Amino acid sequence: MAIDFAEEVDHVAHLARLTLDWEEKVRMAEQLSKILETARRVQELDTTGIEPTAHVITLPAVLREDLTRPSLPLNRVLQNAPTRQKDFFRVPSITAVKQVEE
Amino acid sequence: MKMKYDTVIGLEIHLELQTHSKLFCGCSTTFGQEPNINCCPICLGLPGSLPVFNRRAIELAVSVALALNSAVQQKSRFDRKNYFYPDLPKGYQISQYDQPLARGGYLEIEFDEESRRINLERVHLEEEAGKLMHAGDSIFDSSYSLVDYNRAGIALLEIVTKPDIHSGREARLFLEDLRTLLLYTGASDCKMEEGSLRCDANISLRPVGSTALGTRVEVKNMNSFRAVEMALNYEVKRQEEILSADGHIIQETCHWDEEKKETIPLRGKEGSSDYRYFPEPDLLPLTLEASFIEKQSALLPELPRQRRVRFKEHYGLNGKEATLLTENRTLGDFFEAAANDYSDYRNLVKWIQGDLLYQLRESGKSVEQIEPGLLVELITLLNNGNITRPVAKELLAEMVLSGKSPHKLVQEKGLGRISGQEKLLPLVDRVIAENPEAVENYRRGKEKASAFLVGRVMALSGGRADPEELSKLIKGKIS
Repeated sequence: MAIDFAEEVDHVAHLARLTLDWEEKVRMAEQLSKILETARRVQELDTTGIEPTAHVITLPAVLREDLTRPSLPLNRVLQNAPTRQKDFFRVPSITAVKQVEE
Repeated sequence: MKMKYDTVIGLEIHLELQTHSKLFCGCSTTFGQEPNINCCPICLGLPGSLPVFNRRAIELAVSVALALNSAVQQKSRFDRKNYFYPDLPKGYQISQYDQPLARGGYLEIEFDEESRRINLERVHLEEEAGKLMHAGDSIFDSSYSLVDYNRAGIALLEIVTKPDIHSGREARLFLEDLRTLLLYTGASDCKMEEGSLRCDANISLRPVGSTALGTRVEVKNMNSFRAVEMALNYEVKRQEEILSADGHIIQETCHWDEEKKETIPLRGKEGSSDYRYFPEPDLLPLTLEASFIEKQSALLPELPRQRRVRFKEHYGLNGKEATLLTENRTLGDFFEAAANDYSDYRNLVKWIQGDLLYQLRESGKSVEQIEPGLLVELITLLNNGNITRPVAKELLAEMVLSGKSPHKLVQEKGLGRISGQEKLLPLVDRVIAENPEAVENYRRGKEKASAFLVGRVMALSGGRADPEELSKLIKGKIS
């Protein structure tokens, strides 16, 4: 695994807040390079005169009317909260997280 | 010699659009409700949910873009902006990246009596994030945060200016004019205190004459237009001191500390590539028919600048008067309604900007609660000599409070003008008899003494006598 590519894997892992051990990093590096290789090959195609698209469906987006609908019951909203405090999600302070990471 | 620097400022304005439901789901947008009750699988980003555009949000966004002379794109696209922050339930924000809703545009502002054009980069739509409450005294020493996602997913319009602003004061004036314009479009209530209008700033300095941009600092957490001005002025001084000492500005994000009145670095600014934007696969590109855009354009009301010019030309108002009546749209509406029945426009404005605004402030009423015809009635009573000026002022206060017609109030309270010698002379005689000193003073040449005597008679008459008539009578008596 090339050094600069290892850095790239570290960077992406950091952005995704993932902690990877060495083996995982090697595996990710292999998979990522295969993905990049595929993208490189796609880029070889001659796309002159073809309009870039972001979606395979060519229908226009649907607009809905501005009407409210019932939301989820509070208990369902909070059911996956890491910690619940009263009716809030409770999370570690962002500054605290920063300090742990550094 | 000390180096001189130019200040370069660009603003990012975030505006919550006034819709009933969120941008991509049917959850309510009502402000100030119990935490986390306006959340659903879509705005929480639960698996299997799909966002759908809110038509009203698109309409409002387009009308704001048009009002800002920004070119609305018939095709635009939504992208995921990926980052981790607890106010973002999905781990990404649905936003617009390289194909925004509208490109370019400008807003003309008045700066020191001169017109300045502030150019815009773009106008785009995105979803609002949730609200974080930090435990502890400030964001810097909190041990945990509480999250309320009621706000997450509300339609948010981002307006980005070009780096066209050159001082904190200019930034504030721009924001004030922008706010007035936005209120005219009805797209947002623009309440900074509720967070429905927010502003971040990028600011850098460069030596006078240089065209390259200096390293910029992003300033956040400015909760009023005044705070924006103060924070930017603070940054100008701070950066100037660093550069003058041959130091380097660090590219970073700062928080404006309202208590300490200083900017405090928050976190190293991540480059835009770190957001790993990619097209939102759950949304189709937004296609707007030309007819849709034209319809929004036709629905736009007369905008503040146009109205200001019209008020000056049509009613002969001066710049200050026209500004007063355009900054506050409902006050302008009031004026126009009253001006239909009363053609001394300048006099009408004087009443509005003086006594009416004062009484509105005193009574806590808003101008919408006052019938314009009543003010015209009052001024007409005064002009016809039915009541005196002091009585008119008193009646205005009553009229604002009760909404009663001035005619009725005059009858009810017996406030009609007292005139004619037979009614006034007894009062005059009494005051002259009771104030020999003032009479003496007047005879020795003190003009002011007669004003004192007029005042005494006015008081006796309950303000219902005409001061000029009184003055003549008194002078005739004692000269």
